[in-house]
Amino acid sequence: MQAQVTDERTSGRGSTGAGFAVLLVAIKREPWIFTVSTIGSLLFGALTVADAWVLGWSTDHVVLPAFETGEIGGDMLLAVLALFVGVAILRAVGIVARRLGAGIMQYRMQAHTRRAVTRQYLALPMEWHQRHPTGQLLSNANSDVEAAWGPIAPLPMAVGTVAMMVIAVVQMLVADLVLALVGLLVFPAVMAANVAYQRLAQGWMTRAQQLRAEVSEIAHESFDGALVVKTLGREGEETDRFAAKARELRDVNIRAGRIRAAFDPALAALPNIGVLIVLAVGVSRVLNGQTDAGAVVTVAYLLTIVSFPIRSIGWLLGELPRSVVGYRRVRSVLDETGEMPYGDRTVGVAAGGARLDVDGLAYAYEADRELLTDVTFSAEPGRTVAVVGATASGKSTLTTLLTRLVDPDRGRVLLDGTDVRDLAAGELARVVSVVPQAAFLFDDTVRGNVALGADVGDEAVWAALRAAQADGFVAALDGGLDARLGERGTSLSGGQRQRISLARALVRRPRLLVLDDATSAVDPEVEARILAALREGDSDATLVVVAYRKATIGLADEVVHLEDGRVADRGTHAELLERSPSYARLVNAYEQHDELAGEVQA
Amino acid sequence: MSTVMDTGESISALRTLRRGVHYSPELVEGIRVTLLLAVLASVGQVVVPVAVQQVLDKGLGADGGPDVSFTVWTGVLAALAIVGTSWASYAMTSRLFTTSERGLATLRIKAFRHVHDLPLLTQNTERRGALVSRVTSDVDQVSQFLVFGGLLLIVSVGQVLVATVVMLIYSWQLTIVVWVCFLPLFASLRFFQRKLSAAYGVVRRQVGLMLSAISEPVVGAAVVKSYAVEARTQGRIDEAIGIHQAASTRAQGFTAVSFSLGGLSAGLANAGVLIVGIWLGQGVVPGADDITAGQVLAFAFLVTLFVGPVQMGTQILTDAQNAIAGWRRVIGILDTPADLVDPGPEGRELPRGPVDVRFEGVTFAYPGGPPVLREVTLDLAAGTRVAIVGETGSGKSTFAKLLTRLMDPTEGAVLLDGIDVREVGQASLRRSVVLVPQEGFLFDDTLTANVRYGRLGASEAEILASAEELGLSDWLAGLPRGLETRVGQRGESLSAGERQLVALLRAHLADPDLLVLDEATSSVDPALEMRIGRALERLMSGRTSVTIAHRLSTAESADEVVVVDRGRVVQRGHHSVLAAEADSVYAGLHASWTAQMGH
Repeated sequence: MQAQVTDERTSGRGSTGAGFAVLLVAIKREPWIFTVSTIGSLLFGALTVADAWVLGWSTDHVVLPAFETGEIGGDMLLAVLALFVGVAILRAVGIVARRLGAGIMQYRMQAHTRRAVTRQYLALPMEWHQRHPTGQLLSNANSDVEAAWGPIAPLPMAVGTVAMMVIAVVQMLVADLVLALVGLLVFPAVMAANVAYQRLAQGWMTRAQQLRAEVSEIAHESFDGALVVKTLGREGEETDRFAAKARELRDVNIRAGRIRAAFDPALAALPNIGVLIVLAVGVSRVLNGQTDAGAVVTVAYLLTIVSFPIRSIGWLLGELPRSVVGYRRVRSVLDETGEMPYGDRTVGVAAGGARLDVDGLAYAYEADRELLTDVTFSAEPGRTVAVVGATASGKSTLTTLLTRLVDPDRGRVLLDGTDVRDLAAGELARVVSVVPQAAFLFDDTVRGNVALGADVGDEAVWAALRAAQADGFVAALDGGLDARLGERGTSLSGGQRQRISLARALVRRPRLLVLDDATSAVDPEVEARILAALREGDSDATLVVVAYRKATIGLADEVVHLEDGRVADRGTHAELLERSPSYARLVNAYEQHDELAGEVQA
Repeated sequence: MSTVMDTGESISALRTLRRGVHYSPELVEGIRVTLLLAVLASVGQVVVPVAVQQVLDKGLGADGGPDVSFTVWTGVLAALAIVGTSWASYAMTSRLFTTSERGLATLRIKAFRHVHDLPLLTQNTERRGALVSRVTSDVDQVSQFLVFGGLLLIVSVGQVLVATVVMLIYSWQLTIVVWVCFLPLFASLRFFQRKLSAAYGVVRRQVGLMLSAISEPVVGAAVVKSYAVEARTQGRIDEAIGIHQAASTRAQGFTAVSFSLGGLSAGLANAGVLIVGIWLGQGVVPGADDITAGQVLAFAFLVTLFVGPVQMGTQILTDAQNAIAGWRRVIGILDTPADLVDPGPEGRELPRGPVDVRFEGVTFAYPGGPPVLREVTLDLAAGTRVAIVGETGSGKSTFAKLLTRLMDPTEGAVLLDGIDVREVGQASLRRSVVLVPQEGFLFDDTLTANVRYGRLGASEAEILASAEELGLSDWLAGLPRGLETRVGQRGESLSAGERQLVALLRAHLADPDLLVLDEATSSVDPALEMRIGRALERLMSGRTSVTIAHRLSTAESADEVVVVDRGRVVQRGHHSVLAAEADSVYAGLHASWTAQMGH
């Protein structure tokens, strides 16, 4: 049902036209390689005809004389060999040019499109990413791109055969106008069959491509959560979830396949029927003396000749619906215009810690739920501000606003007095580093993960690793800085990943460092050493830390206490402890527990 | 223990087909009928040439002028034949689509399931993108081949054999000439197949790597953006795309050259037949000096019957290599042993009720690494609350993974209620033992759906009651849509602390007899963590719980503390006793903890 609806919406009269439009994009992009492969195809076609000519020549000049006279020179035999082999070699050249050319063109187009799509992924804002599942985006960059440029492979062959057909048609017209016109009725019939095919198939193709994306989505999510699946023994349920989509894809593919199965023989049969009609009409014309048998033979023969090319064009046409669907899906990513606007202001680099002002910030992810309301505070250069609040009080959201992953609905974030929205692209990242709660590592070496392409020497990398208390385990890795961490750092423990992620921030010597509960997976002892390194290091960065532990909070010059997305209170740790009971309950929880435990013991 | 997934590259093409059919038996269902239809459909190709021949000879060229009724009847018969063979072609392709899609869906599902059955270590060493590509695009490649190539290949081989027989009837000498001309092609075919197979193996592998690279800016969007490393990330992606493009082009080069060779052989064969035919007639080559020019020419036409299917077959074989490479990779998953073998129906059931845990001389080392745990022998009585503490890298987490059978020990055994965990049926094990990992992965669905992951049939009332018991009702009430809140991809619409709450709720609902918490509340605020801790203490009565935590507040309230240091258990006992042991590992941990707390 759904496929039928999609059919109504996406297909239409212009769908073959849309297919050719997609091909035209490729031809315009790669005109030279297209020309080469088309010439290769024409060469192949011409030499296929030449083969027949060589056989004819050899029959007349060598074989028949040889059998009649019984004498034939070795040079003539050599000529036969040379002609056949020469034609064969040229034809091989044609094949290589056609196939390799088509391949080069196809893979180049795939690469162009993949680069363009991934550029979009990098350019589009965080909000867009939150709305689009990973599996879907991977599918856009992979199977949709493949589908879009699939018809390039049979394209040169089809163009070559069109040329052959034109020649054949002219010969037919010369032989007998009426018979030729009868024969040529095959062409509109083929077009009609094709339009019917496009209309029937396109809806299913669209659905299939969508299902491919969904299958990939489920697989990606499920493999991502493999640990949870395993620990709760939910392999069966996950398989059922995947199987349901895989089976749906299977059924849609079968339906699309059946339509294709009907279309192909119809396309092959039409020219054959045409030949039979030409014969029938031809016989009656011969009887009436309007033409001679030779003309009938010629037209019938030529029509047989073009019937194979029509099939090869059919292959191309058959690929078009899938191509159009893939291309549309790719375009929908390329046409997104959600780019984050940047200004042109810059901030100084060498001036020590940056001044941060947060002014009346409000942000809602969904319209009916404001995560932050009227948040205002400041951090003087070189000072440390701790953001403290219960789970889900809006702390992490605040850090995403400070680093401009999202923009506020109301209010401003000012860095050295400049609204971060007025800063040029890349400028904020030059000054501010954030260590997120969940460390994300790249499939790269330790060095690559820490430096992230920044121009820093190994010494600086080691210094950052030391400050993050990561030098010990990195040194023990096979390869040290050159050790590869695997996709998302799966070879490391959570605490180790956090420390690499911290070193990544420190190595850039940021003027504002934002730590979002960045040591949650680290042992207390190690954490204490990290904090000491942060305090004693020669960095004079302004520090904003989201934290729970008193040792961390104790470092702060000011504490901002968040409750339900609002600033409940600001002041030093001691001040807040004294005047805010809810704050005291939050940060003293462990001690109260100790006392409780002590009482039980006593 | 193997931690590397089978790439399948060592499997030969024939074995790939056999294994493929083994995993997808649907592929050969009704194959005889399909083959029969294929033969009928191929008859369609000769209907019209025969009809034209007949009409020309007996219709148009009949003695005494054109024979109209013969022509018409021939035309009608031919038209009927075309309709019949077209139907056969439709039925054949339709059946092929059906069987191959059915077979491949089965293969996809089996491979997906097997990925989940693989050991944790193997799962972790594989890139997600690469795993995904194995159950998606690799399978799609096979589908193209099965529908458009597989059967045609069989038909082509048949046609080559038939053409050979017909040629032998005409002249065995010329048949030998043809075969000699094609022998280099057949010989080089093996060489090219190997080259192609290797080249397409590289292509399929690069698809996985490319997908992996492309997934980085998608999964790690926040880091890429906040560090403004777009250019660098793009550089890495462009490189992966470039390598894939180069590998594909290279493979295509082999395909093109391999395919063009057939034409060369055909040219040689044509020339050879004419020349040797003449020699035969002249007696230069003895044995058949009665051969006529007509026979030689007829033979030249027979050669085209031979060349056509050979060309078709070579093309299919070369195109097939991409599909075979994809198929191998999918089969490679299934051929990788799931080395945490489920004992299956013979698996023993754990009795319900608190679980008694025993480690017997357990040693564990990651492949190629030094032992992480060394000869650990330990008894944890049923119903106790145990805390495991130790520095980072001491082996705590390994302990949890062995306990929940995410990995098996290198030496020794883990016994639950006196039964070796390796003998316990998976269903029973997962029912009784639940691990809550530090990073509670959530699925892109509602809270309800995520929590039900712990117990599938749980009603909303049960979920709410669980939340109440854990002290999470206020938090739930504060969410915009309560239990119907969508958590986003990987749960990223929630904070890390909230994700841990969901994971806890999930585990509580699962109602295990042995609960293992591995830093399960590390991102939750202290007040809530303490509340949850107290709630769990209550809920854990009558069960065994093992908690791994670096916040020693957990250890303080446990019945027993086990201190792990460099892979060995160095201390065990109650917190108050251990803390009093001067200069002990635990005393050191405790001192740094109290310093942290600002005492």
